[in-house]
Amino acid sequence: MNVIRLSESQDEGFKSHVRKESGQDLARCYQCGNCTAGCPFTFAYDIPVSQIMRLVQAGQKEQVLTCRSIWLCASCQSCTTRCPNKIDVAHVMDTLRHMARREGHDTEFAVKAFVDSFLESVEKNGRAFEMGLMVRYALKTGRFWTGADLAPKLVPRGKLSPVPHKVKNPGAIAAIFERYRQECGK
Amino acid sequence: MTGKIRYAYYPGCSGQGTSVEYDTSTRAVCAALDIELVDIPDWNCCGSSPAHTVDHHLSAALSCRNLAQAAQVEGARGVITPCPSCLSNLKTSARRMADPDFAARVNKLLDKPLRHIPPVKSVLQALFEDVGPDALYPRVFKRLEGLKLAPYYGCIMNRPPQIMEFDDHEHPVAMDRLLEAVGATALPFPLKVECCGASYGVARQDIVERLSGRLLDAAAACGADAFVTACPLCQMNLDLRQDQINAANKTGHRIPVFYYTQLLGLALGLDPKALGLDKLAVSPRDVLAAVGVRA
Repeated sequence: MNVIRLSESQDEGFKSHVRKESGQDLARCYQCGNCTAGCPFTFAYDIPVSQIMRLVQAGQKEQVLTCRSIWLCASCQSCTTRCPNKIDVAHVMDTLRHMARREGHDTEFAVKAFVDSFLESVEKNGRAFEMGLMVRYALKTGRFWTGADLAPKLVPRGKLSPVPHKVKNPGAIAAIFERYRQECGK
Repeated sequence: MTGKIRYAYYPGCSGQGTSVEYDTSTRAVCAALDIELVDIPDWNCCGSSPAHTVDHHLSAALSCRNLAQAAQVEGARGVITPCPSCLSNLKTSARRMADPDFAARVNKLLDKPLRHIPPVKSVLQALFEDVGPDALYPRVFKRLEGLKLAPYYGCIMNRPPQIMEFDDHEHPVAMDRLLEAVGATALPFPLKVECCGASYGVARQDIVERLSGRLLDAAAACGADAFVTACPLCQMNLDLRQDQINAANKTGHRIPVFYYTQLLGLALGLDPKALGLDKLAVSPRDVLAAVGVRA
């Protein structure tokens, strides 16, 4: 069992920041546990989602932003759908992941590498290019054999294109990413 | 149903790759049922789940560009897409744009601000509401009598209900009803909206092996001949990764995983080539032969 000294590690700013950025009133969570009960990923989490909600209430920024769970939430919407107090829990998990990213955490490195590879592919081509993103992912992670066993099922069926299906004007999409980096990103 | 109904169609990226048979069978079924699909001009990726895990403004900008492009399709009732992930992004972004501060930030990312937000639906919703099971019944060329299916909707086709606004969020039935109308049996599958492991197949294969493994076990326990899905990612996890799952869990499943549009197409007597049954990793040939369908 983890013992947390609340008075020492409480970060009031973190609480209000999460509330503002997610638009969710976290004080409404009374720890019924419905989100955790329905979460299919609890087996892979280091902290169950209801405990993450509690830790946010207690301002435990460091522990929340360095946990693995926020990278493994698949946004399946089970928690949001079943919360009796209408908290958009999946939105809170998304928000925590945004904050963790901005602060330079990548507790599930491979997950972050996949996300980055995907978006780089979209920025370049305007559309997701499956083969290209797998190459980027392999280069980032050194995992060169990821999914290699699937290729014999995909290639003969014409499901893995060696060239991207680009939009006509990829520059228009790249411009969205560029403006995002200027306006919103760091 | 009278005359043709026109929609702006958002195919989604996987429709050009790993779920090409979903795209071609969707187009074939819609054409047969007088739903005219006009591709959104120069559509781009909606950002899928990676974009919203990084930033909601970026995610919304990618989706909203598609909504703006859709305005160029004249006479369309709205936008439809076969993919639940695209659907979820388009609908969630459209909803968030109702917040003026959010919209202002997103509009700054776009070439020109989004003025008009068209209604967005899944192809499943359009088929269910605009055509419907009753109208399907008399169009059936070959009834899929005896085919026992585990109907699997995946997690986000109907959730969260306040955004998706279609069918039941815990126990959806639209796909069941359409398949029953063409003679198949939709089993009471208990894990209809449970997650298959989503896009973690690459970074955390163990997660997909566990969650999709549970779905395969449940379908087998129900006595299903096959799965039927409405989501490219669910189909890929269950079908393409079935050998990986079997190896990890020491199981021996061999369950075909259809897109619902493939089965509707077969029942309507459409060209098997357009339905792409040969694209499935687990061959459906024996299961179909058992109900008298050659594929």
